[in-house]
Amino acid sequence: MSADLVIIGAGPAGMAAARVAAEGGLSVTLLDEQERAGGQIYRNVGAVAGRGWLGADYARGGALVQGLDHPGITHQPRATVWRIDARRGVIWSRDGQSHVSPAAHVLIATGAQERPVPFPGWTLPGLMPAGAAQILMKQSGMVPDEAILSGAGPLLYLVAAQMIAAGAPPVALVETPTAITHALPKLPRALFGLPTLIKGLGLIARIRAAGIPWYRGAADFRAETTEDGRIRFDFTTGKQSHSLTCGLLLTHLGVIPQSHLTRSMGLAHEYDAEQGAWRPTLDPWGQSSEPHVFVAGDGGGIGGAEAARAKGALAALAILHQAGKLDAAGRDRRAAPLRRALSRALSLRPFLDAAYSVPSAFLAPPDETIVCRCEEVTAGSIRKAACTGAEGLRLMRTSLRTGMGPCQGRMCETTVIGLIAEATDRPASTLGPGRIRTPVKPVTLAEIAALGPQPEETT
Amino acid sequence: MSAQAGTAIIGGGIVGLCVALGLAARGHEVLVLDGRDGDMRASQGNFGLVWLQGKGAGYAPYARWSFQAVQAWPDFAKRLSGLVDVDLALCQQGGYEFFTDAAEYEAFGHDLHRQANALDDRLSFELLNHADLAARLPGIGQRVVGASFCPLDGHVNPLRLHFALRQACLASGVRITGGASVVSVRPAGAGFALLDETGRQTRASRVVLCAGLGAAHLGPQLEFRAPIRAQRGELMITERVADRLPFLSSTIRQVDEGGLQIGGTKAETDCDTETTTTMVGLAQHAVAVWPRLADLRVLRSWAALRVMTPDGYPIYQRSADHPGAFLVTCHSGVTLAPLHATRLAEWIDGDPAAPDLEAFDERRFALS
Amino acid sequence: MNAASRFRDAPGAAPRSLRLMLDGVPVLARPGESVAAALLAHSGGATRQTPVTGAGRAPYCMMGVCFDCLVTIDGHPNVQACMVSAREGMVIQRQIGARRLGDQP
Ligand SMILES: Cc1cc2nc3c(=O)[nH]c(=O)nc-3n(C[C@H](O)[C@H](O)[C@H](O)COP(=O)(O)OP(=O)(O)OC[C@H]3O[C@@H](n4cnc5c(N)ncnc54)[C@H](O)[C@@H]3O)c2cc1C
Repeated sequence: MSADLVIIGAGPAGMAAARVAAEGGLSVTLLDEQERAGGQIYRNVGAVAGRGWLGADYARGGALVQGLDHPGITHQPRATVWRIDARRGVIWSRDGQSHVSPAAHVLIATGAQERPVPFPGWTLPGLMPAGAAQILMKQSGMVPDEAILSGAGPLLYLVAAQMIAAGAPPVALVETPTAITHALPKLPRALFGLPTLIKGLGLIARIRAAGIPWYRGAADFRAETTEDGRIRFDFTTGKQSHSLTCGLLLTHLGVIPQSHLTRSMGLAHEYDAEQGAWRPTLDPWGQSSEPHVFVAGDGGGIGGAEAARAKGALAALAILHQAGKLDAAGRDRRAAPLRRALSRALSLRPFLDAAYSVPSAFLAPPDETIVCRCEEVTAGSIRKAACTGAEGLRLMRTSLRTGMGPCQGRMCETTVIGLIAEATDRPASTLGPGRIRTPVKPVTLAEIAALGPQPEETT
Repeated sequence: MSAQAGTAIIGGGIVGLCVALGLAARGHEVLVLDGRDGDMRASQGNFGLVWLQGKGAGYAPYARWSFQAVQAWPDFAKRLSGLVDVDLALCQQGGYEFFTDAAEYEAFGHDLHRQANALDDRLSFELLNHADLAARLPGIGQRVVGASFCPLDGHVNPLRLHFALRQACLASGVRITGGASVVSVRPAGAGFALLDETGRQTRASRVVLCAGLGAAHLGPQLEFRAPIRAQRGELMITERVADRLPFLSSTIRQVDEGGLQIGGTKAETDCDTETTTTMVGLAQHAVAVWPRLADLRVLRSWAALRVMTPDGYPIYQRSADHPGAFLVTCHSGVTLAPLHATRLAEWIDGDPAAPDLEAFDERRFALS
Repeated sequence: MNAASRFRDAPGAAPRSLRLMLDGVPVLARPGESVAAALLAHSGGATRQTPVTGAGRAPYCMMGVCFDCLVTIDGHPNVQACMVSAREGMVIQRQIGARRLGDQP
């Protein structure tokens, strides 16, 4: 099962790269955890017809999925990559059995995860990220019933509009403080992203027209379960306290790169202060600190679907060049339009990052908040440990077990960093990225054992 | 910036913290200078055994020292829990050493007899062939040819030990400064001058070098030989299990939170990255010993570096050239923790009641 | 535990034609959806209790990141329900605390 290129992640970046690389003459293995190609944004796009309410952008993913229909591309669905071994290849699991895909080149396109939104009560049944609700809409045709949308960021407007279109409008939109005015200086560049901006304004208009109560500048989030299993959501706006009841409380504060695989390989990473997250250090082609390992899409820094698609294609061109299938001139010529598309796609980013920066209360939440959902470690105990010498991610981890559960810190690291930064008065950029060990997703002992020569053979 | 200390301890792993605690209990003013968060720390990646089997079979002083340590553990745990509210989960239930190779099993049996001799037969142990073992532990794998069992062996939660030691030191008045990798240490006047990488100077009348692998670099500045090297051990931890594993062994143990830790590998390297080959080996070993573990999920594997001396025994060295300078380093720092926090502190103080630790002088390596 | 679902079906959604069992109670699922989605459509209550404090949790991120949707599926404990497609006849149990060791000898 050796391939010239193994791509991990069948979202826009991975799918675009697969097509370009295969057309250029490489054999490509495309691995993805999901049953179908599409990634988070185009989830299920190949399988679902007639969900017009999800919008035209969603339907556009169909072309990318169709692009995978190429003799040079082997798509392995339900393939969970749990380790990349520099010598052996990409190790992945399906149905309790692990496989090794040796590769001359690896492209990691594992995308983003939602930024954790910790506050007292966020672990209760009845709370979910807005992106999770969107996945349910795409994958299952389920819409949130009597939901409140809270937090900030463009996705919140999109989900609200989709809910309205599906006949299940949110009962309220509770927006945390945004810094639109502060972000205005970044608008001139944002004008290149005019279509996106207009689309955003269109969404806002639809939410207004639907008469959804809209709270702005909300803070002090707190959720509790009511006696009948619904969610009571308390928050403040300025000096005013509010208490709303809903069936489902959806939260969102943007997305961050999924960097567990890149970190587990020991690749160089850097802190992106605008996006408040660690990401792999990449050259303009997506090449990492390891020459044969590339990263494209949101996993290398948040840029959205259009940017991911361009970055995937750019990385594929660089890999074709590295593999001797494309000369430098050809690579650069084909890259030019992609770079223009990328620049257009990213033009709105600085504005969005500045306008929807994360309020500090969600980086360093109140003491009673459960920060590490797996090990159930509270913000209070993290603060206390930070003040008595656990001044780094690793010491915190071994002191309190933060990040030691099955999610391996995916749901708590940003918050642990925020809390240590607050307690020790240091910038987040000096904390992390935490060291990630494999398997990045749990696999059974039997499965690992089966990767080696069997006992009978060894004796 | 500069600081003053009676005794400066370089290194905040379990060895340095035990010594700090011991000296603080003896009324000294102690400052621990610790390295960076990302430093290699055996103390944050070890297996947590409080172990006697096989220790010092070929070196009676080490056999006796380990024996004393194991016996001192219950009191030490009590002392720590009096200082801080941390459960160390000390459990000295007795432990097994499992063998899938008949020759190794036999050789280890000989070692245990030698170790028992060194301890004037205070070491009790059993050697069990497969049938004996299967009678005692139904569920043992077919490929296990035999096992040794020592009722004195046990384990603690090693991460909580490190955490508890830090807290206990703080509660005892020890100052701990993190992010303070010492780059130079030299005799100055009646004491020592230390410089750390942040540019901070520290003056101390005594200095104890407990920097784990960092001592290889710092030791020579005080004219210690410090012949230590890194030896990689790889481990894995599984998801939590509600049932209690019916045994403790040197390679498979259930931590008090419920997960199973699997380890025991050795490789001569200073690279602390886990490897596919060893993960496979550990998984095969675990399933061979206890087939029921097969469907347990591994959450994480990791590698940690042992701080090894050429013969594997500790170095407790008092500087001849620079009175007041000490080098303390060892493998098995978990097992030896109670003695480091008591008897070793007496020895550093030159207390007449202190044990004779001549056998752990690093000059033994010059002679050989 | 069987709070009403916090979701409803979108207009035109396909019928739930698959039948799963959750702790002995039938749960309906749509072909192509994850087990977690089917559980959320069935009830708004907890689908597991954490091994640390026994707190109730339900599927959260829906993309394999958070591990809050762990359930036992066809005898396999601690399976991420959001990463497994629903299939006819699946037997699911809420994951109550830590898993048990397999009982094969
Ligand atoms: C895989 C493995 C399994 C083990 N299992 C067991 C077991 O089951 N039972 C047992 O008893 N023992 C076990 N051990 C051994 C035990 O972990 C060690 O003996 C013990 O942790 C050593 O502690 P230490 O303080 O000497 O070193 P470390 O824990 O390595 O600490 C060294 C400290 O020195 C600091 N430092 C380094 N350089 C400098 C500098 N220049 N300035 C300031 N500070 C510095 C570092 O930051 C660090 O904090 C195991 C070890 C390993 C690796």
